[in-house]
Amino acid sequence: MASFFTTRLFFISLALVVIAATLPLYVSGYVLGLLTVAFYFGVFAMAWDLLFGFAGEVNFGPTFLIGVGAYTAGILNAQFGWSVYACIVLGALASVIAGLVLALPALRVRGPYFGLTTLVAVLMLQNFIVVFADLTGGEIGLTIPDVITINAGANYWIALGFMTISAAILYGLSQSPIGLVLQASGQDPVQAGALGFNIVKHKLAAFIVSAFFSGLSGALLVFYFGTASVGTVVDVAVGVNVIVSAVLGGRRTVLGAALGAIFLIVAGEFLRPTGEFATFIVSAVALLVVLFFPGGFLGAALSREARS
Amino acid sequence: MRAFQILIDGFAISALYALGATGFTLIFGVSGVLNLSHGAIMVAAAVAAWAAASILNVGTYAGALIGVGVALLTSFATYFAVVKPIQDSRRIPNEEKEIFVLTGTLLWGIMVQEVIAYFFTNNAKTVLPIVEGVVEILGVRTPRNEIFTAIVCCFVIALLWLLVNRTRTGKAVLAASMNPRGVTLLGLELTNIYVVVWAIYGILAGIAGVLLGMFLGVSSYSVGPLTASAFSIVVLGGLGSVSGSLIAAFVVGYLETLTAYLVSPAYRTIPALLLLVFVMYIRPQGLLGRR
Repeated sequence: MASFFTTRLFFISLALVVIAATLPLYVSGYVLGLLTVAFYFGVFAMAWDLLFGFAGEVNFGPTFLIGVGAYTAGILNAQFGWSVYACIVLGALASVIAGLVLALPALRVRGPYFGLTTLVAVLMLQNFIVVFADLTGGEIGLTIPDVITINAGANYWIALGFMTISAAILYGLSQSPIGLVLQASGQDPVQAGALGFNIVKHKLAAFIVSAFFSGLSGALLVFYFGTASVGTVVDVAVGVNVIVSAVLGGRRTVLGAALGAIFLIVAGEFLRPTGEFATFIVSAVALLVVLFFPGGFLGAALSREARS
Repeated sequence: MRAFQILIDGFAISALYALGATGFTLIFGVSGVLNLSHGAIMVAAAVAAWAAASILNVGTYAGALIGVGVALLTSFATYFAVVKPIQDSRRIPNEEKEIFVLTGTLLWGIMVQEVIAYFFTNNAKTVLPIVEGVVEILGVRTPRNEIFTAIVCCFVIALLWLLVNRTRTGKAVLAASMNPRGVTLLGLELTNIYVVVWAIYGILAGIAGVLLGMFLGVSSYSVGPLTASAFSIVVLGGLGSVSGSLIAAFVVGYLETLTAYLVSPAYRTIPALLLLVFVMYIRPQGLLGRR
């Protein structure tokens, strides 16, 4: 672990964070707003990578965890007038409970079966939001009265700080003995169990950590946007973006997932002039990366470094 | 009266679901591929049939044929451009090929969907039905098209059963789903079998798509829900089990129709989803799953 602080990856990450922290001094509010969203998305992708890359759980429903956190925070604020910080904390806790609910089938079923369960969880949440429209704002979405701050620079720093801390914790966890046990139980649960590791405990821990960061990030995003809607935090398409980010950046790298998310959001914005074709181009690029560089951005870079 | 209506409408919907899900489960059974571009292929077929009949004025029969042809081509494109490169790739570890195929076909499906949306807009399209008019069955006014849909679905599924169980090619496909290595030892080229399966799949998805376009209409927004419903039917029935999928399609189809008629159309999909979760808990391999 200590040796990590001398690796090239650590210095590159540190340099990137320092450069990113100085951005509000010389770029426009528009760019800052874009990157703020991208950073929250980065946390979604990293939390997903912990479950998929390490615990080996194919989670098609990252937006179940994100949506529960986001909507809990939003509803408590908009309908009950609770303070912003209480809402964010409770949103994250609600998401942890959602993570435990999602973990139950994961302990019984594997592979595509678990994938479908998570997909169903998202569809159920979406139905629930539409059916209980009085509470949740339904298909139109929920307007949140409070925000953390309206200063674009401050919002940017909050997002950057949050992403950096999350990345440090998630990456640290993934490189720790816990991460190794998770990886082992993801690849061969029977053998990992035979070696004496408590797989159930480790998997539950992975779900809790992943849910906590997803929910926290979802709640923060809601207070940044000022709205919570199905299209921004629950829809399957949002979940697809999270998955594509993690695969693009390089699965099982945690940090790559954040890079992938930032790339995806910024690329989507750059391609806006192409109109409706933007999604097509992003999907095509992602497909090419999946086909030709299955390790993703960071995976390709790391393997080159390892070879040289 | 209402019971008959539910019985008839439910049958047509269920037969359509069954047809859509059969190809999906066949591919999984033979090559272990879950094709998440399934909905996109169905919509491509329906939109092609619509465009041929309404813009090029080729007539409803030729339009339907063109729709099925487009589905066949898209299916081959999915196999050769996305699935095969991933299966053959040496850089992707074997245990991770599944998730790569899922991600790859998902992205491919989005690309197909975007192309459809770009050239034909997002508006819902209804393919001109091959048979028109309504008839009265047991006191229920039923569109002839609905009966036609149900008959074609049952006929195609029966044809598929004959193909798989009574022909040499079909038996090779069946053998490949039981033991791929055994088939190669008998001197059959596995890739050829896969191509046959993807061809069958393309035709099935195409017919289902065109019929869906005539019956309910489609838009590029239907891609996701169509894939999700095929996926859930197939898992409910047991991955790779064709008869399980047929049963599951009827369970889901009738459950949805019952809910839509007796409770509210807004809650249509909820009981089926609950059932799915319930079955996963008590019988994770699905109704007739092998594993």
